[in-house]
Amino acid sequence: MGNAPSIRLEGLSIGYGSTVVARNLDIEFPGGKLSMVVGGSGSGKSTLLKHILKLQPTKEGRVFIGGHDMSGLSAREQRCIRQRTGVLFQDGALLGSLRLGDNIALPLREHTRLTEGEIMRIVNDRLAMVGLDHAANLFPNELSGGMRKRAGLARALVMDPQVLFCDEPTSGLDPVMSAELDQLMLEMMCQFDMTMVVVTHDLRSMHALADFVVVLGDERCLFQGTIEDLDATKDPYLRRFLDRSAGERATSRLTLPPISQDKMKLDCADILGAKATGRKDGRCSN
Amino acid sequence: MAEKAQGGVFFLALPGRAFGRVLSELGGTFLFFLQAVALMFAGWGQFAKTVRQVYFIGVQSVTVIALIGLFTGMVMGMQLYYALSVFGADGFLGTGVALSMVRELAPVLTAIMLTGRAGSAMTAEIGVMRISEQIDALTIMDINPMRYLVAPKMAACLISFPILTAFFNLIALWGGWLTGVKLLGANEGVYWSRVQGSLDWSDIEGGFIKSLVFAVLVCTICCFEGYNTHTRSGHAGPEGVSQSTTSAVVKSCVVVLAADYILTSLLW
Repeated sequence: MGNAPSIRLEGLSIGYGSTVVARNLDIEFPGGKLSMVVGGSGSGKSTLLKHILKLQPTKEGRVFIGGHDMSGLSAREQRCIRQRTGVLFQDGALLGSLRLGDNIALPLREHTRLTEGEIMRIVNDRLAMVGLDHAANLFPNELSGGMRKRAGLARALVMDPQVLFCDEPTSGLDPVMSAELDQLMLEMMCQFDMTMVVVTHDLRSMHALADFVVVLGDERCLFQGTIEDLDATKDPYLRRFLDRSAGERATSRLTLPPISQDKMKLDCADILGAKATGRKDGRCSN
Repeated sequence: MAEKAQGGVFFLALPGRAFGRVLSELGGTFLFFLQAVALMFAGWGQFAKTVRQVYFIGVQSVTVIALIGLFTGMVMGMQLYYALSVFGADGFLGTGVALSMVRELAPVLTAIMLTGRAGSAMTAEIGVMRISEQIDALTIMDINPMRYLVAPKMAACLISFPILTAFFNLIALWGGWLTGVKLLGANEGVYWSRVQGSLDWSDIEGGFIKSLVFAVLVCTICCFEGYNTHTRSGHAGPEGVSQSTTSAVVKSCVVVLAADYILTSLLW
């Protein structure tokens, strides 16, 4: 352990087009650790990843990977860093025209002088690692959502990256599959010496995996530190976020009554029964 | 008074801004084309991808080009026969069919058919790859998306368009013979000798030059639209892909017809 680079953001403002999502971010993701970025919807988690990866032009500020200022690097140096960076996109982002095996072999075929036999050995190894050794000949559209994510992880790991970014790896997965993917990421973390930055909504994953946590919201970085520090926080916004509470709310956000049956074009009362005006049990006392 | 002046400035700024946008898009498209051409020869890996694209753009279009060529030739044979026989000049049927096909209709109709069949597919494919982050994934893997996706398509278009244009010519001449000679009774020997005698190398060369220019235009426009699907304001996602595809087909057809006029003026 010890060679994995840290990632430092200095005064970074992120957004898309003319919209700024978060300003003046000063964050340091420690090297060799698993950092998680959490925050409400639209707080800029995925946009932050795109800015770090230079998929979107930087509005303001700088990104350092392993101490290198990404904006000051030559094209060759940027390519070196890219080839040692893996990314698991939200839906895997596998190339639809290639079989799974070819998808995973693609970076090796493009950037190494390995023979086809050696490439296939690595591909089979990575597929076995994510439990997809039987699926090498399938096309991405023949895979389930969970399989696509695991395949995306296999492709992200194929070049033995020093930095791995994951964009919402557990979104859209059932709890069992989410736990499996968490376990897989933990194993990868232990097996490879790398820095991982994971964007997630999943607080359970965060508690299970994170060494370091960044919380985004209100157009800024609300917190960065260890999971223990986050759990001990008294900040009301963070507490609400961690406790998954909806906050104080008026009796009802719905101000209009349901649409009455006589306003509907199709009369379905004979099939579904008349529409009730509301439920009055323990959960719906308002 | 000041408000009036501001309104005037706004009125003047509006077409200026639109012109600036058009100019910027034209510049972007030209740079996109240069990049694609420069990357066509980037290593042996391009060869296999180009062959696959030639199969998709060229081989799989043979049937539709044959059908269009046949019916266009048949219609030309029929119409020209009726028109020429009024003046007792039906012996010139072969000349009319050959010149109209080789100089004009074959390159233009081939380009328009390929825009509909292959160009729209190219835009949709690249557009879907853009919105599903596949192009981002290529970038992250340090694989130049222009080299991987666009350059093989450009090479394949430059190979396929002239070959399919030649094929269109052959089928259309045969279609003209079918209606003019076999159906309406023009003299077969005269028809073929006029076809042979009226065409010289500059006609055939001009047709091929046109098809090469159309290949560049169609491929550049279709790939550019797909590649920049995500920049369409207010039309992200699947709607953006459909808008890009429509826009690519319309722009390609208009540009092909405009370029045809310019090339015809310059070549003959």
